[in-house]
Amino acid sequence: MTQHPILEIKGLHKRFADHHVLRGIDFSVAPGERVAIIGGSGSGKSTFLRCMNFMETPSEGEVWLDGTRIGTERNGRVTYPEKQLCSVRERLGMVFQQFNLFPHMTVIQNVMEGLVTVKGMPKAEARRIAEAELAKVGLSEKHDAWPGRLSGGQQQRVAIARALSMQPEVLLFDEPTSSLDPELVGEVLRVINTLAGEGRTMLLVTHELGFAYHFATKVIFLADGVFHEVGTPDEVLKNPQKPRTQDFLRRFGEFAF
Amino acid sequence: MNYTPDFSVVWANWPVLLRGLVVTIEIWLPSIAMGLAGGFLIAQARLSRRRWLSGGSLVYVELFRDTPVLIQLIWFYYAFPILVGVQLSPFAAALLGLTLNTSAYASEIFRGGIKSIHRGQMEGALAIGMSRAQAMRRVILPQVVKRMLPAFTNRTIEVAKMSSLASVISVHELMYQGRLLSSTYYRPFEILTAVAFIYLVLIYPGTFLAGRLEKHLARSS
Repeated sequence: MTQHPILEIKGLHKRFADHHVLRGIDFSVAPGERVAIIGGSGSGKSTFLRCMNFMETPSEGEVWLDGTRIGTERNGRVTYPEKQLCSVRERLGMVFQQFNLFPHMTVIQNVMEGLVTVKGMPKAEARRIAEAELAKVGLSEKHDAWPGRLSGGQQQRVAIARALSMQPEVLLFDEPTSSLDPELVGEVLRVINTLAGEGRTMLLVTHELGFAYHFATKVIFLADGVFHEVGTPDEVLKNPQKPRTQDFLRRFGEFAF
Repeated sequence: MNYTPDFSVVWANWPVLLRGLVVTIEIWLPSIAMGLAGGFLIAQARLSRRRWLSGGSLVYVELFRDTPVLIQLIWFYYAFPILVGVQLSPFAAALLGLTLNTSAYASEIFRGGIKSIHRGQMEGALAIGMSRAQAMRRVILPQVVKRMLPAFTNRTIEVAKMSSLASVISVHELMYQGRLLSSTYYRPFEILTAVAFIYLVLIYPGTFLAGRLEKHLARSS
């Protein structure tokens, strides 16, 4: 029996004014799948990810989470009630390129915030969970530090702990290492890899093709707002069939040694 | 100059000055509190994508920023009642005028503050499941208040000083009592000096505390 998808997208379009970024995407993720989304800048890969948890509102198309259609359709117009979006976002954790930690809160407060404010959890219990998540990303000793005092890699690990604290069913990573100094990339990728080992469902937009190869169960090459090529890491990254994919990968490998 | 100052007139009339001071505080603090709350709402309207909301609030803000406060207070006492058919007491007119004036200035402070917070902060808050209101309260506003504290302090001080204009519509606040005393006793030097000093004592602690608070808040950045 095939498992029913945790997340499903049908006919997704996204336009910004007269800029047509996503041009009809159908997509589904089964529980435990790890999907890497690659593509050139401006290909729409971040926008695609951001449509899943409604950081961007789709211009057209349907998003289904665990068998439930998100939004209410009336007279051909879809509206998204805030309550429903909040619960969707609670269930789909997101990690951003720029971390987006709250600078006026300490590390542990950042991780506790969703538990206390969104889930209404007592502080003591939230603290216990936050401590466990921080231990998982290897930052137990930084509880009371201000985010601004941490390195980029440490900040991103706090952001991952913050996303994990909500016990999301799916994790969305939007270029999590793109704004890091090269020597800090590894510590973040190692954390993501640990999460992969736990069988979590994850979507990763990335330029780290080597990591994508080892991490993903499925790779998507996005170009011109459509899925240009989809397959296993071996199929897409080692034996791409389409010239456009081949060209993209060749440019990445140009200065390999 | 062979004028001999005699401050006994101030001591003899301190209950009158104290009564004036109480009225000054009664205009000042409520108009700041209500003005800040109103200013926050107007800032939301200014930042709205709905044209009529952002346009309307822009007109409101400019009306209060680009006309003299003195005219605003007098207008609310003499003209506004004709418009609505209800006579306001001098105190009510002054309170209304100062509150609306403060809300216009405060809205610009809030708007600048909210716009200066990176969009990623709102997204970071929404992404863990917060509503917009929760994100505003827990994530955006604390940062705005911190960043805008000097501007809010200035406004608070400004309103304390502006409240003295209420004397022209005969609100019995500190300035009014001071002028009354000085013309009664022909001792403007002593009395007006004392009044200025009372304003200084009233306002300075606020400036001082705001400075301390700012340093305290600067820890995290």
